[in-house]
Amino acid sequence: MLSKKIIKKHPLAIRWFHWINFPVLAVMIWSGILIYWASDVYRLGWGNKTILKFFPDSFYKALNIPFRLAEGMNVHFLFMWIFAINGLLYLLYLLFSKEYKLIFPCRKSFKEAWLVILHDLHIKKGVPPQKKYNAAQRIAYTGVIFMGLGSLLTGLAIYKPVQLYWLCNMLGGYEWARAEHFILTILFCLFFLIHVLQVCKTGWNNFRGMITGFEVEPGTPPNTEATGEAVVTIHSETINT
Amino acid sequence: MSVFKEEIVSAKQIRKRTLLSFFFFFLFIAACIVGWKWLHHQPQDNGALKPLRTVLNTNEIFFSSLLSDKHLAKTFPVSKVVSKIRVNGNAGMNADFNPLTWKLQLVRTPGDTLYISIEEIKSLPKTDIIFDFKCIEGWSQVTHWAGVKFSDFVKRYGLVNQSQMQYVGLNTPDKGYYVGIDMKSILHPQTILCYEMNGMPLPIDQGAPLRLIIPVKYGIKHLKRIGTIFFSNVRPPDYWYERGYDYFSGL
Repeated sequence: MLSKKIIKKHPLAIRWFHWINFPVLAVMIWSGILIYWASDVYRLGWGNKTILKFFPDSFYKALNIPFRLAEGMNVHFLFMWIFAINGLLYLLYLLFSKEYKLIFPCRKSFKEAWLVILHDLHIKKGVPPQKKYNAAQRIAYTGVIFMGLGSLLTGLAIYKPVQLYWLCNMLGGYEWARAEHFILTILFCLFFLIHVLQVCKTGWNNFRGMITGFEVEPGTPPNTEATGEAVVTIHSETINT
Repeated sequence: MSVFKEEIVSAKQIRKRTLLSFFFFFLFIAACIVGWKWLHHQPQDNGALKPLRTVLNTNEIFFSSLLSDKHLAKTFPVSKVVSKIRVNGNAGMNADFNPLTWKLQLVRTPGDTLYISIEEIKSLPKTDIIFDFKCIEGWSQVTHWAGVKFSDFVKRYGLVNQSQMQYVGLNTPDKGYYVGIDMKSILHPQTILCYEMNGMPLPIDQGAPLRLIIPVKYGIKHLKRIGTIFFSNVRPPDYWYERGYDYFSGL
């Protein structure tokens, strides 16, 4: 009977927070685009030169965005609650379970993150030793928590700019808060893109870990049926986790 | 990764645990899809899906508790005022309208209507405000308005009992556009019955002779060309509410 060592990586609560956040954030971004369409003023460029308009008409057309402002707002103002509550519970969980120690960057993370990036770009071999996450992951995952918080605060500032005038002023006023809210959304999309690419690259064992909670590693199986070959294969899967 | 709990388990165990976790994972995905489908099969309530309408009304209860006469829309110096002021929407603004014969119809109680000329309104204490006018579409403009504070208007016409009611309704003379506003918002110190824009008489396309300026609401509530004002304990009809928007639309 073949035995393997499993490593319990993600607590159940974190897996739930993660997977609840995924569709909720997707709905928030989609309904956000429905709202944004009604006054789509942002672009990349300078002067009269526009490199990228947010968003091109073909994009709106493909996603059936136009003339759905009310629907977008109504959906947005329901899912904002789920997004906020799920995010705050996640933060509280991180703090009380001490799990934050594995996610928040430590002193050496900022130096090591470059080494990780160089490794991932196949420029350099080998990565510094790590615990749950490597330095780049620590920075990215902590950054995305702050992005979530930022989206919540900038969102509140444009939702109730008069009643929450102090928040709106703190963020640079109504128009700035709207721009910040938009930029954060673009950053979320970029985060998502890289995140999914990295998960695909890292492989099944790592992805399964976010659902089952454990990763399989070649341990010292109590019996010798496990062949050297199998151990090597499994090991190479987990080296990037 | 020595910080984690490790276990030696059989391959069979791994398979069993994986299958169980994936079962719940797919159950969750299915629940999301079913929930989304369910939501979109719900009946409409004034242009919004019923559960979403319920949430909007609940949000109103929650956020209107923040509403305070001490929370003011940010004001700006004259130098920040934009030169070209947008005109958005012409519902209720039909062409056969004579501002010279216009009188405001103030319905104090049903059957007791007061007709008030623009001269009378202009004789009341004048208040002006420069604030960032916010459209529900997402744009905003710093604009300059002047008129009589609604709370001053209430005092002048002795509308004490009326101001104990829950809502105020406003209509254009042709009833083509209409809004309903909660009493707390319309009595907010920045809410004015407006007859001047940028120091000049209000242009006809901006709602002359008299329009509402209510900085604690989105532009959809700033009704142009007021015909009738009335008071009610039930929500007066509201043009954009009927088209799927939030009744409160407060800022």
